[in-house]
Amino acid sequence: MFDIDKWQEILSTIKKNKMRTFLTGFSVAWGIFMLMILLGSGNGLSNGVASNFMNDAVNAMWIWTGETTIAHQGLKPGRPIQFHNDDYDIITNIPGVETASGRYFMGNTRYSYGKESGEYTTVTCHPELNEVDRMELLEGRFINDVDILQTRKVVVIGKDIHEALFKEKPALGEYVRINNVPFKVVGVCIEPESTRNRNAYMPVSTAQKVFNGSNRLHNFAITINGETLDESQAIEERIRTTFARKHRFDVADESAMGMYNKLENYIQTMRIFQAIKIFIWIIGIGTLIAGIVGVSNIMLIVVKERTKEIGIRKAIGASPASVIGLILLESILITTLAGYIGLVLGTGLMELVNYAMVQSAGDAAGQGETIFLNPTVDFGVAVSATILLVVAGTIAGYIPAKRAASIKPIVALRDE
Amino acid sequence: MIKLNNIHKSYDMGSSKLHVLKGIDLEIEQGEFVSIMGSSGSGKSTLLNILGMLDNYDEGSYLLANKLIANMSEKKAAQLRNDMVGFVFQSFNLISFKNAMENVALPLYYKGVNRKKRNAIALEYLEKLGLKEWAEHMPNEMSGGQKQRVAIARALISNPKIILADEPTGALDTSTSYEVMDILKEINDAGITVIIVTHEHDIAAMTQKVVRLKDGRIDEIIRNGELREFRHTYNKELVTA
Ligand SMILES: Nc1ncnc2c1ncn2[C@@H]1O[C@H](COP(=O)(O)OP(=O)(O)OP(=O)(O)O)[C@@H](O)[C@H]1O
Ligand SMILES: [Mg+2]
Repeated sequence: MFDIDKWQEILSTIKKNKMRTFLTGFSVAWGIFMLMILLGSGNGLSNGVASNFMNDAVNAMWIWTGETTIAHQGLKPGRPIQFHNDDYDIITNIPGVETASGRYFMGNTRYSYGKESGEYTTVTCHPELNEVDRMELLEGRFINDVDILQTRKVVVIGKDIHEALFKEKPALGEYVRINNVPFKVVGVCIEPESTRNRNAYMPVSTAQKVFNGSNRLHNFAITINGETLDESQAIEERIRTTFARKHRFDVADESAMGMYNKLENYIQTMRIFQAIKIFIWIIGIGTLIAGIVGVSNIMLIVVKERTKEIGIRKAIGASPASVIGLILLESILITTLAGYIGLVLGTGLMELVNYAMVQSAGDAAGQGETIFLNPTVDFGVAVSATILLVVAGTIAGYIPAKRAASIKPIVALRDE
Repeated sequence: MIKLNNIHKSYDMGSSKLHVLKGIDLEIEQGEFVSIMGSSGSGKSTLLNILGMLDNYDEGSYLLANKLIANMSEKKAAQLRNDMVGFVFQSFNLISFKNAMENVALPLYYKGVNRKKRNAIALEYLEKLGLKEWAEHMPNEMSGGQKQRVAIARALISNPKIILADEPTGALDTSTSYEVMDILKEINDAGITVIIVTHEHDIAAMTQKVVRLKDGRIDEIIRNGELREFRHTYNKELVTA
């Protein structure tokens, strides 16, 4: 196989038939080029969407209450449902629930420090909220269990609040007044991939105590340990039936208790992308097959054109195997080389698009609102595409090579 | 060297069969210079192709160097051709995208000689045929006589025992034809058996033995001593024509 002379023989025929070689190679290069562009775009789309999901924990779930709309156990519709602290204990004990954080809605809250003041959203929470929302702490710490137990008057403020109230001064350890109640700042945080950091976080127990919340809660943010769609739906179902029984509403009543299951959405979206990917592969392979058929056809013409030459070679002493080798190797060489060029150009173009996107996005890249991210083809795909090409070249060359080997020198040499 | 015994050959023409050779008995010794003559369609090329193992025969036996040539695999035939025979054709049959040297070197490629060595040997042969300056030229840059000399060099390079030439002068003018015949004569003097097919009596008259084919059979064989008479007949044919 690796006989330098053989390759020299093939290279010299290729070199002396440049136009033919170019035409043969072009269809394959085009096929691979298109495949890479399609795959790259598909990857970009699914990477973009996946990254949007990834801002928060993928296995997160939110649960909130409303009013019933279905009569149940003799109770009329229109009855408000309200969570309490005991519901928090219940939800943390439901199998499949990893962590849970309860929230009590505070309405408008006014923050002031010295002469500066402003209205910001106060998120009351358990420490576990950080598992769901994944805040990044610039300084200090997040809310902890001791804060909850001792109902400490502490607050973690967003970066924007820090800048608005404290300007350049450090906030850690300072007291801000929240609706005129002094709270100690224990941390400054940002939400990654978000431009607005105007939220403050406060222990939910403190909020209930200080701001007349009693033991009421308005929603839960939880993480679950379901990996598959089925598991996550089973956990969702369990939570729903548990609360339906306790608060006496119909299990099917979506208004009494609302749920948003991120994993479910994520998996469904990823399924769509999986389907798109398969579709792209089918189109790509189709394009490639068109290329292979093209090469095979051109090689057949080549063999026909070279009938006389092959006849001469055979008369001079070429064995059928060497003739097969000549045509097959030429076909493989052209497909592989052309395919490689298509591969490089295709992935190169996608890298360029990626580069341009990163450049132009600049700050906006951190916003998390991209639907197109890193539209590149990974190395493994590129390698398998190359292997595919060699196989393609062999297939493309097989029939023409067989035809070439069966050429009889007397027929080829007979003067027309 | 060559022993043909009752060779038959027919071609399938769809439904019918064309019986071209109808029992050829012929013996050719090592070092002979033979020409095959006969009217068009009499089976000269067919006979030469069988001698060159380019085609197989239907009946009879063909012994080449005491070896029976029959039922060979294509691979074996190719090898034997490469070792034993050199071909020269009317239309030269050079490979158009290879230069003179590469064309001459090609049989050695199939013998497994490396590129450097075979090109050097090819140059030697081109020099012998007075074509050294033309080594790098492509076939379409050469005259018919030059092309035929390249083809002869190619036939010689693998040191064959036999040179088979199907109308080697058919596409050449008289003086170039004679030049080519001189070369073939030299080759023959070196001990190589040369068999040519020709239409031309003056060309045939330069060989030592003329085999006349007629209707797929050998009509007559004219040997060395009778060549004078052959020339006479040839002159007579010229007159009657
Ligand atoms: N491959 C083939 N298939 C069918 N018929 C063939 C084939 N080769 C030759 N023939 C026929 O066989 C007959 C003899 O052909 P051949 O080529 O041997 O003649 P020839 O004596 O060389 O003639 P010419 O002087 O014209 O070259 C012709 O009628 C030709 O048409
Ligand atoms: Mg003929």
